[in-house]
Amino acid sequence: MLHVVVCIKQVPDTTQVRIDPETNTLVREGIPAIINPFDMPAIEAGMQLKDRYGATVSLLCMGPPQASEALQKALSYGADRGVLLSDRALIGSDTLATSKALACGVEALGKEMPVDLVICGKLEKRRIRVRRVLEGAEEVLDAPLPALLTVLKELGEPRYASLPAVIRGLRTSIPVWGVKEIEVNTDEVGLAGSPTQVRRIFAPPQREPGEVVSADGEAEKIANLILDRLIEAGFVEG
Amino acid sequence: MTDKPERFDVIVVGAGPAGMSAAYLLAKEGLNVVVIERGDFPGSKNVMGGVLYRHPTEEIIPGFWREAPLERHVVETQTWVLTEKAAFKAAHRHEAFAQEPYNSFTVLRARFDKWMGQQVRAAGALIVPETVVEEPIMQGDKVVGVRTGRPDGDLYADVVIAADGVNSLLAQKVGLREKEIPTNEAALAVKEVIALPREVIEDRFQITGDQGVTIEMYAEATWGMVGTGFIYTNKDSLSVGCGALISQLVERGVTPNDLLEHMKSHPVVAPLLEGGETREYLAHLIPEGGLYGMPKLSTHGMLVVGDAAMLVNSMHREGSNLAMLSGKMAAQAVLRAKEWNDFSAESLAYYDQLLRDSFIYKDLYKYRNMARFFETHPEFFGFYPELLNEACREMLTVDGVSKRSKQRKIFWDALRRRMPWRMALDFYGAWRSIA
Repeated sequence: MLHVVVCIKQVPDTTQVRIDPETNTLVREGIPAIINPFDMPAIEAGMQLKDRYGATVSLLCMGPPQASEALQKALSYGADRGVLLSDRALIGSDTLATSKALACGVEALGKEMPVDLVICGKLEKRRIRVRRVLEGAEEVLDAPLPALLTVLKELGEPRYASLPAVIRGLRTSIPVWGVKEIEVNTDEVGLAGSPTQVRRIFAPPQREPGEVVSADGEAEKIANLILDRLIEAGFVEG
Repeated sequence: MTDKPERFDVIVVGAGPAGMSAAYLLAKEGLNVVVIERGDFPGSKNVMGGVLYRHPTEEIIPGFWREAPLERHVVETQTWVLTEKAAFKAAHRHEAFAQEPYNSFTVLRARFDKWMGQQVRAAGALIVPETVVEEPIMQGDKVVGVRTGRPDGDLYADVVIAADGVNSLLAQKVGLREKEIPTNEAALAVKEVIALPREVIEDRFQITGDQGVTIEMYAEATWGMVGTGFIYTNKDSLSVGCGALISQLVERGVTPNDLLEHMKSHPVVAPLLEGGETREYLAHLIPEGGLYGMPKLSTHGMLVVGDAAMLVNSMHREGSNLAMLSGKMAAQAVLRAKEWNDFSAESLAYYDQLLRDSFIYKDLYKYRNMARFFETHPEFFGFYPELLNEACREMLTVDGVSKRSKQRKIFWDALRRRMPWRMALDFYGAWRSIA
């Protein structure tokens, strides 16, 4: 049977996040935690594979203990199981270390049932054919399984979960796996396994509105105006 | 998935203060309780001015205030009567209010309710968010469950507690109340949470530590309409809002937003808000019908609590209080019904009885005529506040006129503007309606 692993993440509601201008840190207090909106199409992709090919869908999430809420909710869309990777040793993981931990998590899931496809937000059959959306075009790609895919929001939001499924999700206790269960070397995850160092976080400065030049009239006039500006800015030699 | 619809002991519709109180107490007694909430999480749709009283809340969760996310404990209560350019302020502060266990707290509902939701879950109830209840499921005249908007969304239970807010769809569909609330029995209130540094708040309101102040404002604060304005101090923000009867807002063509901006720009209010940044904007419909607006509270298999039952005492800004306590009484009635295995209207009428024997009913009875009185006596929101503030100005202005002459001038000015018998009637009426 096809085994699909969908990776999700719990994030603060991005529409409500602010940056404290004094401390330059994210103000998380009082901000609801939600499933990363970019992961929602990944969940839907998993569900479509389940509908069409009877795939077994496992959800994998790394985060603090309260991230089990996100898994419970994601389960309500119809996934078969959810596992939370949560361990003190994983705290402070950057992209590389998180990827390592997730990879080990996928491997650990694979021991129970070989994994064919891993889907992440922003997808893998024996061979998989996918259409990749490019700017103004589509590209058809073909690859052997196992594979890893990322999906975009164009794939769609998850279906509206049925009430029994929601209740089942809320009642499921989520197994928590630590570094032991996923057999990862503690040097490769957490702060120790993260080459990225955060030096400073700052709010991007407000962009100044661009200059609007109105030029009614002939094309020649407009062209000259643009040329003058470019020369002025030093992009073109006069 | 082939999950069979599950049967619960109790379905609570709405994770507001009334619904969560009932759910918490029933789950603690071991009943199988499910709470259906339309918002993303408990509290996401809840709005209150921001004052939570300790006593009624402890009736639900004793000792809550030691762990719940609260803002400040209220040590000072102010009442302001505003005119266009003046304010008559009365304030009361007592050392006793600064001592544990405090009397009341300012809260940010979304944060508090999230915590409350955790307690409800820990007690064993299931909270199902992002789910809308569309209608009751009836068997004859008995409510046997609810239909939600989700696929396979029917749920069945022995009893349904309608805690679905001021527009209670359930109470309407079961026929316990009229479809629409009359516009003179509902107020529209708007509120902003305005961020300010802690030190600035403590400085402006003369408080230290976690002490807090509440200010209630009348008359010009609502442009002379029946209603109130308020400022409550949170840790590092102010809850600033106002509300007025919908009928009067419509008549005057004023939007609630205009009203709030008008109040915020008042010369006495503006300096308190200066430099603040608006972080949230909320609006809420408040049932003001009082006793006369109260629907039938129970029927076969269903109870109505909180705003859905129009339990608001607008004179004393008590809404959440009454909601929580009505939730508790509903829980008591359900426990008794469970024991007798009788969920008929007669059995559940025990809830009506509990409510009628409590201070809730007595208070609503006391103020039953207040809303109507003030609605028909606009002078209490215009003429009298003006008289009061102008009398103060006259007496406090030193201009070579003797105090006795000033008193006489104030007296005769007042009499010239309103007949003495009218004034006597006004105050007799006002006293009758609140005493």
